[in-house]
Amino acid sequence: MNKPRLVLSASPHLLGADSTPRIMMTVLLSLLPVVAAAIYTFGPSAFLILCASTLGALLPEKLVGKQGSLKDGSALITGVLLGLTLPPGMPLWMAFLGGFFGIAFGKLIFGGLGQNAFNPALLGRAFLQAAFPVAITTWPKTGGPWMALRGDNFALPLMSPQVVDGTTGATPLGLFKFEHVPTSTSSLFFGSTSGSVGETCAWIILLCGLLLAWKNYLNWRIPISIFATTFLFTGVLWLIDANHYPSPWFMLFSGGMMLGAVYMATDMVTSPTTNLGCWIFGAGIGLLVVIIRIWGGLPEGMMYSILFMNAFVPFLNRATRPKVFGAPSRAELRAAKRAQKQEDQT
Amino acid sequence: MRETTPSEDFLRGVWKENPVLVQMLGLCPALAVTNSVENSLAMGIATFFVLCGSSLFVSLLKHFIPHEVRISTYIMIIATFVTVADMGLEALVPTVHKALGAFIALIVVNCMILGRQEAFASKRPVGRSLLDAAGSGLGFLLALLMIGGVREILGSGSFLGHPLFGPHYEPWVIMILPPGGFLTLGFWLLGMNWFRARKQQRRVS
Repeated sequence: MNKPRLVLSASPHLLGADSTPRIMMTVLLSLLPVVAAAIYTFGPSAFLILCASTLGALLPEKLVGKQGSLKDGSALITGVLLGLTLPPGMPLWMAFLGGFFGIAFGKLIFGGLGQNAFNPALLGRAFLQAAFPVAITTWPKTGGPWMALRGDNFALPLMSPQVVDGTTGATPLGLFKFEHVPTSTSSLFFGSTSGSVGETCAWIILLCGLLLAWKNYLNWRIPISIFATTFLFTGVLWLIDANHYPSPWFMLFSGGMMLGAVYMATDMVTSPTTNLGCWIFGAGIGLLVVIIRIWGGLPEGMMYSILFMNAFVPFLNRATRPKVFGAPSRAELRAAKRAQKQEDQT
Repeated sequence: MRETTPSEDFLRGVWKENPVLVQMLGLCPALAVTNSVENSLAMGIATFFVLCGSSLFVSLLKHFIPHEVRISTYIMIIATFVTVADMGLEALVPTVHKALGAFIALIVVNCMILGRQEAFASKRPVGRSLLDAAGSGLGFLLALLMIGGVREILGSGSFLGHPLFGPHYEPWVIMILPPGGFLTLGFWLLGMNWFRARKQQRRVS
């Protein structure tokens, strides 16, 4: 068949080079330094956890996902992101289960990519947090030989991990909340503390985030809004009583703040589409994180804050819908409606 | 109305129009008390008893109940049997009675029971009404056991209190908690709908 000389089609006629697999591949590449830092910090355990959670995420996508949806790479990213939020000493079968749950019940049930209301990686983690509250809060001690496993990674499926006494420690946030021991900002910034696989090294995550923001693959307003709200809110509290509340820098660089703000909250599917919506979305997350961390029962609140604000995204999109060029404003519409009503009555 | 055979009356409630999994009635007890097989069993049997008893009486009395006050009359009859079940359970298995708590009294407002009276027992002969009640009651019991079984096996690693996986089993705490009820119910509904869709597709092709 000859190529038609004239193609008649509806707009758009000019297409950008970005496609879903391309964006996903870029995000995945930007995650490589984070993964490398994780393996550098936590040794083979980090690698195993990442592999297990990724396999868990790929399996349901392959089994029940739409044809070829495995190739767009979104399930791969979900798996890696989930792995980055888990403690390195966790049994591998739990990481696998988390990835499976996140993709199967967090994404595929809603209809696949683009249909889910909540971030699938965080949903997988929330499931694990609710199902295995002890295993997901068992953090390995820092230090020790690099090659050693950071916990009972090879616990048999469905069996609980056997944790050796004296090999577990607390995260900076846990230390502050339960023992009131602060951690220096520099060790938080350069990642020498205990914590989840990929959350400890703040500067690498920030650099990767900058790259993504420059490529416009994440809306920079979301992380900036989260950081600013957290910093201001904690700053005010800190100024009121510096002995009782943590410093704003500690708040900013501890726990999953960086990873969550850069990679989880900015998920294209589950964040608002308008810029104003993004500002509000980020501010909500920042406020909730500080409230949960300071007055809540858990030391860390990034996951629940993001999931909670995910639920508001449709409302934010609706409330911040921009005015269409040339279309009447809301006030004008209201006036027109009133006039119509009066006309009907007379 | 098309005439149905006795076996149809019985089997309809068990599977094809299962109260929980197909009609989505009586979801409150199906979510609230199914955290173990024992509780599901007790709840299912109590509901079975109430449903059979009230269907029998509504069917017997159908010509004497004034049409205008029929719903409140049905509720009175149901409440009588619920009281019997409540006291019976308290006398026979006090621990289970305590675990089920207010949900036994709440059998009164199980819309599945009232639905059977209004839709079936008030119009049909006694024998058929009993068959229909037994079928629906059995279907309800079956659905509760399906949910309770999954929740207890995953959430405590046991079945009817017997450990299944040995002492090192890591329980899935979430399955015992309320979210586990919703997850398990959703999981079974997914399975049922998938099964039915596949069957329908086969019939078409």
